[in-house]
Amino acid sequence: MVMYVLFGYFATVSILSGIFTIALKNPVHCGLSLLSLLLHVAGLFVLLNAEFLFAVQIIVYAGAILVLYLFVLMLLSLKTEEQYLHKKYPFFLFAGVAILAELLILVFQTPYGGVVGTATPEVVLQTGPSHAVGITMFSDYLLLFEIVGVFLLGAIIGAIVLAKTPTGPVPEPTGQRE
Amino acid sequence: MIPLSAYVALSFILFMTGLLGVLIRRNFIIVLMSVEIMLNAANINLVAFSHYLSSMAGQMAALFVIAIAAGEAAVGLAIIIVVFRGKIATNVDQINLLKW
Repeated sequence: MVMYVLFGYFATVSILSGIFTIALKNPVHCGLSLLSLLLHVAGLFVLLNAEFLFAVQIIVYAGAILVLYLFVLMLLSLKTEEQYLHKKYPFFLFAGVAILAELLILVFQTPYGGVVGTATPEVVLQTGPSHAVGITMFSDYLLLFEIVGVFLLGAIIGAIVLAKTPTGPVPEPTGQRE
Repeated sequence: MIPLSAYVALSFILFMTGLLGVLIRRNFIIVLMSVEIMLNAANINLVAFSHYLSSMAGQMAALFVIAIAAGEAAVGLAIIIVVFRGKIATNVDQINLLKW
């Protein structure tokens, strides 16, 4: 019973925060709604027995990625405009709502099944969830782990090269800025 | 026990919210935030299936998705800074240099 109440709370608040994130005018408010979404998704991870992901979600997503977003947002001081929606938004809105309705019907009619693995809650609890995640990551997924490391290095170098202040003459502006 | 379809439906609604945000908003940073919503929706799906099928694979995939999200945020925000500093555009629909 408690599980249902918690799931209902986390699910409702995440959906509402998601809608606020794309609907609010002020970008800083959007960022704060995204923070609320991330924290409630972290709560859902606890309900799903994924304690390690819960911690990673809060530390990496809410703590690092979101702060990066807010930092850039405040650095650029984006103004809230009168027209904040894309010019052709009714078309996209219609397409999105149509796909949503169609696939929601599909979601509730699908019989879910699949090969059941060995990591049952009892097995995981013998050593602890974080231990189980670590053992799996450094045995079966070691190659992927290394690839992600190289990927992150590439992303950091790319970000530095892109955002580096140009040393030569400043190029002429090609567009109009309000 | 909460049915698996509840998690899948939640993840799907969140994914469509993010997709709509990408499509209808004009602000660069909101578009990137919507991408984060979509990645989170995918994470919920992965972890839910991982729990209901008693497998670690879903949690691993979710961890890698978070790493990819970090890289995407870094590169995306760097591009936004370049676009702003070069005074190229202030909104997504003003970037049309590569349009054919």
